[in-house]
Amino acid sequence: MTTIISSKDVHLSYGNFEALHGISMDFKQNELTALLGPSGCGKSTFLRCINRMNDDIANVKITGEIKFENQDIYSPKTDLVWLRKEVGMVFQQPTPFPFSVYNNIAYGLKLAGIKDKALIDQRVEESLKQAAIWREVKDDLNKNAQSFSGGQQQRICIARALAVHPKVVLLDEPTSALDPISSSEIEETLLNLKHEFTFIMVTHNLQQASRISDMTAFFMNGDLIEYGTTSDMFMKPQKQITSDYLNGRFG
Amino acid sequence: MDNKEDLKKVVDQALAEQKVPHVKLKKIGAQKADVDKLTQPSKETRQEYWGKGLTYSAILLIIILVASIIGFIAVHGLATFTQNHVNVWHFLSSTDWDPGEGKNHVGALAMIVTSFAVTLLAAIVATPFAISVALFMTEYSSKKGSRFLQSVIELLVGIPSVVYGFLGLSIIVPFIRSVFGGTGFGILSATLVLFVMVLPTITSLTVDALKAVPNHYRQASAALGATHWQTIYKVVLRVATPRILTAVIFGMARAFGEALAVQMVIGNAVLMPYNLVSPAATLTSQLTSQMGNTVMGTLPNNALWSLALLLLIMALFFNFLVRLIGRKGQK
Repeated sequence: MTTIISSKDVHLSYGNFEALHGISMDFKQNELTALLGPSGCGKSTFLRCINRMNDDIANVKITGEIKFENQDIYSPKTDLVWLRKEVGMVFQQPTPFPFSVYNNIAYGLKLAGIKDKALIDQRVEESLKQAAIWREVKDDLNKNAQSFSGGQQQRICIARALAVHPKVVLLDEPTSALDPISSSEIEETLLNLKHEFTFIMVTHNLQQASRISDMTAFFMNGDLIEYGTTSDMFMKPQKQITSDYLNGRFG
Repeated sequence: MDNKEDLKKVVDQALAEQKVPHVKLKKIGAQKADVDKLTQPSKETRQEYWGKGLTYSAILLIIILVASIIGFIAVHGLATFTQNHVNVWHFLSSTDWDPGEGKNHVGALAMIVTSFAVTLLAAIVATPFAISVALFMTEYSSKKGSRFLQSVIELLVGIPSVVYGFLGLSIIVPFIRSVFGGTGFGILSATLVLFVMVLPTITSLTVDALKAVPNHYRQASAALGATHWQTIYKVVLRVATPRILTAVIFGMARAFGEALAVQMVIGNAVLMPYNLVSPAATLTSQLTSQMGNTVMGTLPNNALWSLALLLLIMALFFNFLVRLIGRKGQK
C-alpha cells in the first residue's frame, strides 16, 4: 500500500515548551491509524499538525517536514485551503453549525464554489449515507443540526467532513463525548469507510483502537515510543512501557 | 471490679462537669428555652429575614419610583388630550407646532419624522463601521491592539454629550455650511454627531456578540477549507446576527434619546425636514430648548409632556424589540 502522509523529525514548541520532540512516521493509504498515549503526550498536537490547525495558535513553532502525497505541507507555497480540503478533520465535541442539516453538509461544497444544486443534493445524500446517518435525518434535512442527539451530531460532522471528498480524515477523539451506543455506531461507520478514506484517529479508548485500527502508534511525553500494526502492538509490544500502557497499568 | 469502680468514678465526674451549664441554665429558667430551641428562629435565620426584608423593601421603593415616573409623565402627557382637547390623530399627523396659539397648533409630526430620520441615518452610517471595528478587534487584531481599541471605545463612551455637541457646533456645522450652503444646522450635522456617539455603543455590543460565537465553529469551518473571511461572513456573522441586531437597536435607542448634542447642531426649527441640511428639531431637542419657557399646567407645557410621553413609549418599543430578537435568537 502506498504511503499518503509521511512526517520526518517534526518538532513543535509553544514558546519555550517543546511539545513534540521529533516525530517521524508514515501513514498508509486506506488504513485506520490510532494514536494512543496518556493525556498531554502530544498525540492531538501531532494530529493537528497534519492539516496545520496549529498555525493559529500564538507562539507556535514547528520544524521538520510533513509530506502529503509527496508535497511538503509546511512549504510557504502551500495553500491551506487546498490542504484542508484534502485532509479533513472531525473534532472531539460534535461541532455542527447552528444551521439546517442540509446546509451543514453543503457548507464545504459551497466554499469550494460548487453551485450546481443537483450535485450538492447528490453529495449531501451520499455523504450522509456514508456516515450512516441518512436514515435518521433524511426527513429532517431542513431541521437545525443541533436539535439532534450528540451521536447523531457527530455523524453529521463526519458526513460534513466527507462531503468535500477528502483523502485523509483526522479524528480527534471523535467518540469521547458520546455514550457507548453512539460510539459503537461511529466505530462501525469508520470501519465501513476505511476502504475509501484514510483515517488517523486520536483516542483514549484502548479497546476502540484494538477493535477498529490497522496501525497503532503509542506516544508519550512528546515522543513516538512505538509504532506498528495494531495486532503486534497489543499482542507483543517491543517496549515495556508500551505494554504497561496498553495493559492499563498507567495512564 | 476495681476497674469498673474507676470507670464509674470517671463517668460521674464527667457528668458532674457537664451539669454545670445545666444548673446555670436552670437558674435563668432556660430549660423551657432548651425545649423550644427548634421552634425559635436562630441567629442565622433572623439574618436571613433581615436580608430578605432589605432587598424586598429596596425593590418596592424602586418599583414605586418607576411607576410614579411613568404615571407622572402619562398624566401630564395625556392632559394635552384630556384637558386641552387636542385630537390625538392631529397631534401625530400635523406639522403645525405652536402650542402657544391654541389646541389646533399642536402637531408633532415634524419632530417625529426628524427624530426617526436622525436615528435611522446615524444607525445606518454607524453599523458598518461598528461591525468592521468589532471584527477587527475579535478576529484580526492582536490582543494588545484589541485592548487598546477597547479603551478607545470606552473613552468615546465616557465623553459627555455636551462635548460632542460643542465639537459638532464648531467643526461639523461650519463644514456642512461651506459644502452645502445654508446655515449648516440640520439633520446631516445631527447624524454625523450621533454617528460618533452611537459608534462605541454598537461596537462594544457587537464585540460581545462576536466573542459569544463559540470558537469551535471557527475551527470546524477552517478544517473544511474555509478562509478566515469565508468563516467570518458565512458562520461568525450569521451566528451572531441576532445579537448584532440587538446592538444596533441599543445604538438607535441612544440616538433617539440623545438631546443635548442634537439640540446644539440641528437648528431647532420645528419644520418638516425637506432636505438634510435645513434646520429641524427632534422630540428631544424641542424638549430641552423649550422646557424653560412654559408654565406648568398650561397647554404649551402639557404639549411638551406629550412629547416626553412619546419618547417613553419609543423607549419601551426599543426594549420590546430587543426582547423579541433575543427570544428569536434563542430558537
